[in-house]
Amino acid sequence: MSELRHQVMWNRLISIVEEQALALVRTAFSTSVREAGDLSAGVYDVRGRMIAQAVTGTPGHVNTMAAAVANFIEDIGSHRIYEGDSYITNDPWKGTGHLHDFTVVNPVFRTGSLIGFFACTAHVVDVGGRGYGPDATEVYEEGLFVPIMKFAERGVVNEDLLNIVRHNVREAGQVVGDLYSLSGCNDTGTRRLHTMLDEFAIDDLEDLAAFVFDRTATATRERLAGLPTGTYTNTMRVDGYNDSIELAVTLVASGATVHADFTGTSPTCAHGVNVPLTYAHAYFSYAMLVALAPEMPSNWASLAAFTVSAPEGCILNAKHPEPVAVRHVIGHFVTDLCLGAIASALPDVVPAEGAGALWNFQVSARATDPLSELPPREVLMFNSGGTGARPTLDGINATAFPSGVRTMPAEATEQSGPVVVWRKELRPDSGGTGRHRGGLGQIIEIGAATGYDLSVSCMFDRVANPARGRHGGGDGAPGRVHLDDGTPFDAKGKQPIPKGRTLVLELPGGGGLGDCAEREVSELADDRAQGYVT
Amino acid sequence: METMRIGADVGGTFTDVVLEIGGGDGPDGRMFSTKVLTTYDAPERGILDGVATVVAEAGADLANLDTFIHGTTLATNALIGRTGARTALITTDGFRDTIEMRTESRFEQYDLNLVLPTPLIERRDRHVLRERIAADGTVLRPFDASEAQALIEVLADRPADEAYEAIAVGFIHAYVDGSHERRFRDLLAERLPDVPVSISSEVAPQMREFERFNTVCANAYVQPLIATYLRQLEAQLLETGATCPVYLIHSGGGLINVDGAARFPVRLVESGPAGGAIFAADIAARHGLERVLSYDMGGTTAKICLIENQTPRTAKTFEVARTHRFTKGSGMPISIPVIEMIEIGAGGGSIATVDVLGQIRVGPLSAGSEPGPAAYGLGGTEPTVSDANLVLGRLSADTFGAPGIDLDGVAARNALDRTVGTVLGMDAETAAVGVAEVVDENMANAARVHAVENGKDVAAFTMIAFGGGAPLHAGRLCEKLNVDELLVPPGAGVGSAIGFLRAPFAYEALRSHHATVENFDPDAVNQMLVELADEATAFVSEALSSTGATVTDVPLETERWAYMRYAGQGWEIPVPVDATPFDIVGGELLATQFQKAYEEFFGRAIAGLAVEAIGWSVRVSTPRPPVSRVERVVAVRDVSPNRTRPIHDTTTDTLMEAGVIERSALATSDRVLGPAVIVETQTTTLLSSRQQAVMQSDGCLLVTRTTPVKDEVGP
Repeated sequence: MSELRHQVMWNRLISIVEEQALALVRTAFSTSVREAGDLSAGVYDVRGRMIAQAVTGTPGHVNTMAAAVANFIEDIGSHRIYEGDSYITNDPWKGTGHLHDFTVVNPVFRTGSLIGFFACTAHVVDVGGRGYGPDATEVYEEGLFVPIMKFAERGVVNEDLLNIVRHNVREAGQVVGDLYSLSGCNDTGTRRLHTMLDEFAIDDLEDLAAFVFDRTATATRERLAGLPTGTYTNTMRVDGYNDSIELAVTLVASGATVHADFTGTSPTCAHGVNVPLTYAHAYFSYAMLVALAPEMPSNWASLAAFTVSAPEGCILNAKHPEPVAVRHVIGHFVTDLCLGAIASALPDVVPAEGAGALWNFQVSARATDPLSELPPREVLMFNSGGTGARPTLDGINATAFPSGVRTMPAEATEQSGPVVVWRKELRPDSGGTGRHRGGLGQIIEIGAATGYDLSVSCMFDRVANPARGRHGGGDGAPGRVHLDDGTPFDAKGKQPIPKGRTLVLELPGGGGLGDCAEREVSELADDRAQGYVT
Repeated sequence: METMRIGADVGGTFTDVVLEIGGGDGPDGRMFSTKVLTTYDAPERGILDGVATVVAEAGADLANLDTFIHGTTLATNALIGRTGARTALITTDGFRDTIEMRTESRFEQYDLNLVLPTPLIERRDRHVLRERIAADGTVLRPFDASEAQALIEVLADRPADEAYEAIAVGFIHAYVDGSHERRFRDLLAERLPDVPVSISSEVAPQMREFERFNTVCANAYVQPLIATYLRQLEAQLLETGATCPVYLIHSGGGLINVDGAARFPVRLVESGPAGGAIFAADIAARHGLERVLSYDMGGTTAKICLIENQTPRTAKTFEVARTHRFTKGSGMPISIPVIEMIEIGAGGGSIATVDVLGQIRVGPLSAGSEPGPAAYGLGGTEPTVSDANLVLGRLSADTFGAPGIDLDGVAARNALDRTVGTVLGMDAETAAVGVAEVVDENMANAARVHAVENGKDVAAFTMIAFGGGAPLHAGRLCEKLNVDELLVPPGAGVGSAIGFLRAPFAYEALRSHHATVENFDPDAVNQMLVELADEATAFVSEALSSTGATVTDVPLETERWAYMRYAGQGWEIPVPVDATPFDIVGGELLATQFQKAYEEFFGRAIAGLAVEAIGWSVRVSTPRPPVSRVERVVAVRDVSPNRTRPIHDTTTDTLMEAGVIERSALATSDRVLGPAVIVETQTTTLLSSRQQAVMQSDGCLLVTRTTPVKDEVGP
């Protein structure tokens, strides 16, 4: 019966971390938490090994979170862990890759003994510094850095820390609110865990963790056997910030593990698109999980199979104090890079390259007449190009991959700031040709509402380097950025939209897969009838 | 003369018909019910068969029928099966693909072969018009009648076999100002007078274009089908001699007349589950229960709904037609008022499997009624929840209710052995315990998550269980949720149809309207609330008029809600709004109300943050008829069973000789001690060795613990 008991408890544990995540989503302020699911929540054993993690919207937290708790145990020191404590950090290298993500860890005590931890992460609205963007040249400019420390000790909140936070960030009320939400959702998890332990009359997580790890490790090994042992390589060129960036990976598959080494990748950049290795690790692990073991739960045992290395100074192994605020732009390409390496080994699984990085941008709206009472406003938009064609299916139109970001409705965007979204629709002819067509990008056209001028912070990739097709499929259309009258507009950096003009963004399409001569006649006809292809 | 009313619920598998004579407003009437198989090709046939059965059983005359209340999955089925009309969408230039681009995200993070739901209206049938209204209602690009006329010619000029049968109009920001939509509709009416037109500012005036456009498309898409069906049903009822008005139950749990339903058929989706929630709310009122967890389990899904103060809460939007394992995001959003509940793929027909981790999984796939569980012997070979219940002795071949089906215990055992037992090295009984535990755990987890979403603790609630499968699982669910009391009402197998008879005339009007505390404009808000109240009252009085009553006879109840949040948050919470019009300090008043509601939801308010209202709703309804209060009775007599059978008891995890008792043999104050099963035609109530049931005066079974032990050990 212990088999069934363990199964039921494992199920319950997953439900508990989902409740924990839900409690966070419902109280969080950050746009990226609620629109992008940019949060995570998990439960850990006494050694800091993750037993269960809630399924949320962002692969970027897959194993950055898994690794984080061990860092907390080491830095706090096991002799300083007390009941009622709560720990915090936004250290990009010990947490999830940039200062905007705060990770909070609460120890769980039962009958006086430490039995495990709950941890969660969320992207907060602001951390001070220059504000969210790639422009800093050192992490010091990117905002307040909170090393691993106590958010609360024995139930008493660290007011000194909160005071520092309040005086160093914009929207302090919301940020402090989010810190409380983070700690609070760990409390929710803790309460549920005690109820479960009561019900099953046990006092620690050791047996259960062993069961979970044993099952997961066995199943992960079975799945990884699907990738023949050997060495796989791939390179991919992307636009980068100033100069184009070469990404390179060598995968070594041993049957039970896969190791990624990023030697050959371009060096770090002067701006905040650099990636801490822990974040590149996450998108590599995600690539392996979707390709080889999509049904595997994310926990210590499944993630232990994936290891990484990278030379110092490469853009996928940025070190303190290099700037990392928008590490996702390059980080998101790691998934396509790693999938590409195993594409010939797993031709029935791996898709063509997609648009990859999101086309997110921030619009700064300022009153045309400085003497008017109109307040300055900032508007953030999330947008996605097309995904790569799959071995048996077309790519998905205007949909995020590998990120899980949701877009915001144009109506909500216009309600939140003085912009007009004139156009947000599919971009015909942007999917790479092939037996299976790449997903279409989209066209967005935005302008200022009456009384305002706009400038836009751009960080758009795949303008010079389109998504490549696979197995004979065509490349996706590269992105284009221009004004409505055709004037070119830089794909990088903050620029004003001239008065009376609108900005047109043509987002890249996904690559095609297979020979386009083999595309079904009915599919070709439908492409034209629907206007996906003109 | 006594009132005579019929409720008919057309579900996916069964059509339930309930006839009530007398009752309704006080002492209970006599009730007759039947279940017939749903006739997909012409659902009215099944209804009429069922009506004939109950009328004959009651010895009644259809000519005396006062009311016929109907709920149907027809609209939902048309959306899932894509069997609606050939529909065009007309939208603002630049937004042709909104319903296809959805949220630009994948609902399943780890599936490389994910397929998003096909848009209801394909791209070639989506047309654009140059016009544009801004977020604040300013006209950015005026409506050009000649461009509209030209587009209408394109819509009209199609080959006969491709002619549009319905048209949906959805323009950007039409929830702020619907004048462009109305002008386009009027022009359409001149050129294409026979094509029904739905406009988003009437169907779903809520912000968020994907949701609103999809809702107006869904409305147009099912409109011809539903209108035809309702007219046929009315005509055929008339032929059978029933001259009474016909009402439809809508997703918000109220009644509307046929005209209203034909204009806004999208409001008919989820009407069956709404009936179930009203049923539970009515039982809650009779028993004076303030906090109730309604639990409905059928063949395919389980639905769980929190009911406080005897009123189910409504949400502003929900998702229909989830195509992918009931996964959130795999369906299509519908922005209408709907009774808030959680539905998961857990029913008697849910199929059990073992996944790559060696974990038993149950559902969401269901064997349905065809081929059904392995035990049905109708070709099903996969083990289901019902098979597990049979192997555990909880169901038995001789008391199973479905006509024409003999349960085959050997087939059930073999299926469990093959799929679960041999894989995990356990015998069929252990496998069955595993399957039952997993499905119960899934339902308990869903209930907990739903409670968290609403800031509640389920342990403080009383469970009301109905639907064919619920009474069998409710006892264990209560143990898992630490719920102390469970009521199993009579007629539990046809709860939704009974619920229809208890529904008020009600309509909820919704609108998005942004208001902040610092720039609060009391006049604008007051005027909007009056408009919403007028709209809702018009629907209710129109429906009432066919009963001969008017709004002056019936004092209508009005509820007003603001959907509010801290500026910057993504979730709004409903905040009750007073009837008194707002004055200059209305904003502060609202903020105070919000802080209170927020604290209730999340435990604490946050000082110093701006507060905003995003949406507003006004619900107008006829008052709930007074119900006769059921006083709790205590056990007077212990009933000892005439027969027993071995049943697996979860509490002790052993096979125990359990009593088998006919529900009809129980009188008020009779007590049954577990382990036992209480059997009736449409369902079975299971008591564990630590539970007892006491028959109440209204026929409800009250199930409680015999020993108040909280630290029960699972298997």
